[in-house]
Amino acid sequence: MNNVQRRSDLPTQALGLMATLILSVGIYMAFVYVPADRVQGDAQRIFYVHVPMAWLAYLAFAVIFVGSVGYLWKRSMRMDRLARASAELGFLFTTLVLVTGSIWGRPIWNAWWSWDARLTTTLILWFIYLGYFVLRSYAGDRERGARYAAVLGIVGAIDIPIIHLSVTWWRTLHPEPIVLNTSGPNLPNSMLATLLVCFAGFTLLYIYLLVQKYRVELVRDTLAEREMTMMLNSRPHAHGSTSQVPTSPSSRSRITTPGDTVGASED
Amino acid sequence: MTGGPETVLIQLEHVYKRFDRTVALRDVCFSIAAGESIALLGANGAGKTTLLRTLATLTRPTRGRVLAFGVDAWVRKAEVRRRVGVVAHQPYIYPELSCRENLLFFARMFNVSGAEGAVEASLRRVGLANRSHDRASALSRGLLQRLNLARAILHAPAVLVLDEPDTGLDVAGRRVLASLIEEQIARGGSVIFTSHQLDFALDMASRVIVISDGQVEVDRQRDTVERVAIINMLAGEPLALVSS
Amino acid sequence: MALVWKDLVVELRGREFLGAMVAFALITIVTLNFAFDLSGSEREASGAGGLWIAFLFSGTLGLGRSIAVERDRGTLEGLSLCPVPAGAIFLGKFLSNLAFILIVQVVALPVFAALYNLPALRPLVLLIALVGAAGFAALGTLFSAVSASSRSREILMPVLLFPLSIPIVIGTVRVTTLVFQDRSGEAWPWFNLLAAFDVVFVSLAYVVFDLVLED
Repeated sequence: MNNVQRRSDLPTQALGLMATLILSVGIYMAFVYVPADRVQGDAQRIFYVHVPMAWLAYLAFAVIFVGSVGYLWKRSMRMDRLARASAELGFLFTTLVLVTGSIWGRPIWNAWWSWDARLTTTLILWFIYLGYFVLRSYAGDRERGARYAAVLGIVGAIDIPIIHLSVTWWRTLHPEPIVLNTSGPNLPNSMLATLLVCFAGFTLLYIYLLVQKYRVELVRDTLAEREMTMMLNSRPHAHGSTSQVPTSPSSRSRITTPGDTVGASED
Repeated sequence: MTGGPETVLIQLEHVYKRFDRTVALRDVCFSIAAGESIALLGANGAGKTTLLRTLATLTRPTRGRVLAFGVDAWVRKAEVRRRVGVVAHQPYIYPELSCRENLLFFARMFNVSGAEGAVEASLRRVGLANRSHDRASALSRGLLQRLNLARAILHAPAVLVLDEPDTGLDVAGRRVLASLIEEQIARGGSVIFTSHQLDFALDMASRVIVISDGQVEVDRQRDTVERVAIINMLAGEPLALVSS
Repeated sequence: MALVWKDLVVELRGREFLGAMVAFALITIVTLNFAFDLSGSEREASGAGGLWIAFLFSGTLGLGRSIAVERDRGTLEGLSLCPVPAGAIFLGKFLSNLAFILIVQVVALPVFAALYNLPALRPLVLLIALVGAAGFAALGTLFSAVSASSRSREILMPVLLFPLSIPIVIGTVRVTTLVFQDRSGEAWPWFNLLAAFDVVFVSLAYVVFDLVLED
């Protein structure tokens, strides 16, 4: 517990502060400053949260990819820790995307869900995240969990663009009422500005949380290491749990005490 | 110590192995030199199998290093595995294939030159020449074990790691095993094996290692230990003292 | 490759799950009739979909069993001791799994065509069946190996496999539907997508298999 928290926390604290500041501004802008959408009314405001969240959900998986590749290459625990830390955050964001998407959609489509290409891909992403956690927890020991998770991290990350592509093609066959298309380049300035501020705020928040999560994982790993070292060094039961069969002194003398026989016999 | 060349083939350095709740190996250090025949003895659960598996690069140590043929075994796995022959608890034999097909498969996998010939010779060596086209599933346990042994020596490994190789073997089978071990030593290779049949083990060994609770308790040349003393060490668990 | 040969022979002689796979696919296809309305105007689409569900599920069955058997018997360990690159072991398993899936398809497609009077034997359908099966077999082999060591391997593998295989599902059903609807010309983009998918994931799995086979 020593060198982890004592390290100069200034950069991280500053980061957290900045994130909170920018995010607050963003939220204010989203809910007060920006005018309501002409077509969709106030419900559209959730867009400013929904879209950045989506960006983060995918960014988080990209980080998992990086960590997984790093682990494949170097078998470095750091890389695995990075992937682990990002995974929980990513899952959270993905869930939020789906939820905010639903909340947004309800008043507009009168339905809780739409098989919109991006939303659908995000749903699949959610399942991949889920699989990631299940895989880790069912893998047995930590090292194996790290290896298998890296496999999923790599395969999943490469698959996601392909999934998106195929879902988009598929969607063009099932056109549905409206696609939530307030994210075109023809956004009025105030909306664009709000969106960008929210983007920045949320991204900073993600980075801040990632750092914190990474540290938590580091502490966990350190504890596990210590526990293991303790376990490995604990004294076993008394040497040679032999019964007290009386033997003649002569045969006893042939075997010297255990002490000097441990170790290589070559010299 | 031994008369042969002192080339160290495999070396364990401060190896620890932990499984979930138990520590199977604690600070194990020893090496295997060419020409040695080592009997690894110990009570059930003492860590013999784990030790052998670590030597065979089947199990990765939690701490410590395994050096084989001069390289770190886990970094250069393929190189090491090419020169090690393993007999484990479960036979690596496919029941649906014939004896010959099984061996041919492994010969191909190990890149044995002149595979067909090597397979024939191997089958003859273990006395299965007349069953070569029978499915492995049709073999009795003892014959299956002979096939397993044939598979292990097929690629002429430098080190044989045998976990209870005499399981299920009848008298003839044990003779085959004994001659295989002798041959291995004569060729300049080494053997390390476990067995619960103490007499057999002591007969075949040039060196004896007794392991208990994951630690090496005894590591001496065969001719410097008395059979009775070994029994005392292992006392507390039923041993087959006489090979039938 | 020696590995593929071995897997094929072992299974053909064992005759265990290949038969089950085929039976399962056939039964699913028959059940289609009751689950979907295959007489109406949507029959091409529903039929295509149902067909591929049959292949998906029977494939999952086979993929899981193939590695599980090796592991339980201990022969997987024997394999890992061979000085061959892990990727080669993957290729061997992949090709033999693919072969099994293809065998199921070879039996099921004519049956499907006969039962539902849909042209399931057109070359384009066969082609996409091959391409789709390859992608599925690649991912399936990889993830069955990953799940093999866990307690709940039967449920874990599909949980991992299905989301990742969505492009395959979409692509194959799409092409099959188009063929049924006599619009084969539109199928080519999907082909390319799935072919690319196959190439990408077979190579990826080859590289990554090292992570899977250790200990």
